[in-house]
Amino acid sequence: MSWDTVIGLEIHVQLSTKSKIFSGASTGYGAEQNTNTSLVDLGYPGVLPVLNKEAVMMAIKFGLAIDAKIANRSIFARKNYFYPDLPKGYQISQYELPIVAAGSLVIRLDDGTEKRIGVTRAHLEEDAGKSIHDKFDNETAIDLNRAGTPLLEIVSEPELSSAKEASLYMQKMHQLVRYLKISDGNMQEGSFRCDANVSLKPKGDKKLGTRAEIKNINSFRFVENAINYEIERQKELLEEGKEVIQETRLYDSNLDETRSMRNKEEANDYRYFPDPDLLPISIDADLIEAIAITLPEKLEEKVDRYINQLAIKKEDAYEITRSIDLIDYFEDALKAYNGQPQHLANWLLSEIMAISNKENIPVKDLSVTPKSLAQLIERIDDGTISTTIAKNLLQQLKDGALEVDHLIEQQGLKQISDKDEIKLVVREVLTEHQDQKNQYLAGKKQVLGFLIGQVMQKTRGTANPRLVNELMVEELSK
Amino acid sequence: MLNSGEVNTQEIVKIYQARIDAIDPKINAYITKTDTISDPNNSRSDEEQPLAGIPCAVKDIFCTEGVLTTCGSKMLENFIPPYDATVVKNLKDGGMTLLGKTNMDEFAMGSSNETSFFGEVKNPWDIKRTPGGSSGGSAAAVAAGLAPIALGTDTGGSIRQPAAFTGITGLKPTYGRCSRYGMIAFASSLDQAGILSITAEDAAMFLELMAGFDPYDSTSSPEEVPQYTKHLDNDLSGKTVGLPKEFFDGSIDANYQNLVSNCLEVYKKLGVEFKEISLPNIKYSVPTYYVVAPAECSSNLARFDGIRFGHRSNKTDDLDEFYKSNRQEGFGQEVKRRIITGTYVLSAGYYDAYYLKAQKVRQLINQDFVTAFKTVDAIMGPTTQTSAFKLGEKIDDPVSMYMNDIYTISANLSGLPAISHPIGFADSLPFGMQIISPHFHEHQLLNFTHKYQLETDWHLQEPDIINEVKK
Repeated sequence: MSWDTVIGLEIHVQLSTKSKIFSGASTGYGAEQNTNTSLVDLGYPGVLPVLNKEAVMMAIKFGLAIDAKIANRSIFARKNYFYPDLPKGYQISQYELPIVAAGSLVIRLDDGTEKRIGVTRAHLEEDAGKSIHDKFDNETAIDLNRAGTPLLEIVSEPELSSAKEASLYMQKMHQLVRYLKISDGNMQEGSFRCDANVSLKPKGDKKLGTRAEIKNINSFRFVENAINYEIERQKELLEEGKEVIQETRLYDSNLDETRSMRNKEEANDYRYFPDPDLLPISIDADLIEAIAITLPEKLEEKVDRYINQLAIKKEDAYEITRSIDLIDYFEDALKAYNGQPQHLANWLLSEIMAISNKENIPVKDLSVTPKSLAQLIERIDDGTISTTIAKNLLQQLKDGALEVDHLIEQQGLKQISDKDEIKLVVREVLTEHQDQKNQYLAGKKQVLGFLIGQVMQKTRGTANPRLVNELMVEELSK
Repeated sequence: MLNSGEVNTQEIVKIYQARIDAIDPKINAYITKTDTISDPNNSRSDEEQPLAGIPCAVKDIFCTEGVLTTCGSKMLENFIPPYDATVVKNLKDGGMTLLGKTNMDEFAMGSSNETSFFGEVKNPWDIKRTPGGSSGGSAAAVAAGLAPIALGTDTGGSIRQPAAFTGITGLKPTYGRCSRYGMIAFASSLDQAGILSITAEDAAMFLELMAGFDPYDSTSSPEEVPQYTKHLDNDLSGKTVGLPKEFFDGSIDANYQNLVSNCLEVYKKLGVEFKEISLPNIKYSVPTYYVVAPAECSSNLARFDGIRFGHRSNKTDDLDEFYKSNRQEGFGQEVKRRIITGTYVLSAGYYDAYYLKAQKVRQLINQDFVTAFKTVDAIMGPTTQTSAFKLGEKIDDPVSMYMNDIYTISANLSGLPAISHPIGFADSLPFGMQIISPHFHEHQLLNFTHKYQLETDWHLQEPDIINEVKK
């Protein structure tokens, strides 16, 4: 029997506000336990939440970027449950009237086709604290630094039909929130994580099968592995005529398997109700307009512009826009560069990426600045230096050198394109290497490479290779 | 005496402390007495501190920095807040001196002060009777001369009913008029801080300082705070007051009815005109309230789980058991009853039938008032159906206890300001009249009450217990 896979993702994005969503405490990562906390985060008796407007602005920004509807009236609700790292005994979230609804995101599949994935809703909520089970024997420690950190929960429609698509969607979302600068997207620190709802149904059936929810996945690779494992598990059950149980499962990346956390019988009744401590958020058209103006160019539009206006190869355009770091680097370099943008793209995607990968330094932190790369390529374009010299200079820039023109000047690397000057060196080489000259004239043409190499050596690589070649042949045939 | 320099703050505080020591053992109005007389670093002039020299009792629901704040519960029997509630801070900034923290029904849930973990409070007019609740400690303290004025909170009548039962003035301001920050939450959409005092004039002076927008409470109002004291003597002639037929349906005894009629006569002489009105949905107030308030409290009290706050049980084997034991041992009967009710009405499958429906009825009740205030300036009626009942009389009959708030609850559901002032005695027990105004018309409530109090002296009557001690 063949099956359709139905996947929906809930992505939790930590918003990069300076302070928490309902208190003035810092959201900084890595502080000493329980120090980034105010009385509000600690759930002291008598305290009240006050909404951080920055979080609302970021949610609106996100909504606009996925062409969603921004609610003109949105409310917070309390999600009630007991857990030691939830100091108030409820989490402030949104239930009815989320801030963002009905948007979509386009993903690009490996075969180059595009698929639009619906985003049901995105809502604001506060994060809980952290329970640490492995620090003390028989005791659980609580760190409330994370409690009250603003999250945007983005819920997709169940429109993803493979683990690969889910991973691509997650990557695209990750790229988007970083591009919008509403989250640092740091997955190790938990700033970007997802829950995957997976179910199978007989191919072509309309009715959805029973789903399992895999919780807290924090890497693109894991999401793919976990879903693939889950698909196989469910397929096996169904083909044996057994039922899939609706339950929450955990992905264990060490064993590469999912296992049951709790089933539906133990599911909480969260008793959502509107939080009486917070007024409804009203968002008017003026505010939306003001935020819309600050939105960067849409990524799809950017790709189009690269291809159609900058004449960059399609694959290269996608490659650059896949990463916010590359976009920033490329566009900064472009500002300082007068030439064919494709030339810049080539260098970025080959040489710069190679250095970044080899040194394991993010592109944005490389000591080769976009401006010096632009300068370097311009010197190739205007014939000042050869490509070989340029690559050599790039290594020096990588090691901390700053000024391309200064390096060229200082090391005398300026390309010699003066025919007479080159001709003098060619003649000198031919005089010194009479044997090779004779061999060449006797028909052993491969000696030409040796002779040209001698010229390059004498000019320390600065002679224009095309001219050297041309003049050498000319001299030999005299 | 203060202004003429005959006495200073310290002497006044000492007088009250001596009275508390002598009388409070009979009344049990205070949970905590504070010894700190005033801030030694306070060097501001009296002009900057309109309350300089005035001591005040504060209901134990308000967080007070460094001073035990129990909320009348075993859950918080050792909770010392690191901060002051905004209204306390505002009053301290005005020079107020804290006399102590007053007894109350546990987490403000109760109408007789019998649910307090720290024992029932006695009515100074008859110590066999309740002072009302939940602000019973504050009311009894003011009535027995153990504080010149006190702070209370009112979620369904918790200031007005005790004020009526103890023969003093009790003001519940508009929802959002005073900050709720630092007030331990019972029902967030209904709770409001207010004042229990002898006169409307005292209440006006206090409210001016207490009220106002607080950046720490999103539900506090940015509406400007008027100078209440400047409105006290406004002329009442030409004012129209609505008498809802639902409040005058003959359900109160004739002796109380006489007191009400006499009171209306006084207002008539002051130029007030009366008009019968109807608030058709008001009969749903009590059931509506007993859905909304427990729902909110079931969530508000979740933080008292013994992990960070609250009583911690010795039974710690299993997390679920730990929670259960902590809450079972830490909360009293009435609090548990409301948490269970609230949990039920919010549960999947019941939410629409109870919580959502209650919110809709709340809208209807509110609409009744909007309609009424198109034709009248204020609404009057008895604060309660009877005077103070006996301790133990209703504690085992929750429904009868809940009916105590039948006249007061609608003002909370609609967020309206309301006041209760004494209008005489029946069988030696005080009885009160309630006035309800449109939103942010506290000045009018204080104006009405002040004019009445210039004509009468019911508010100045003292219970014998004060004189017994004086002897």
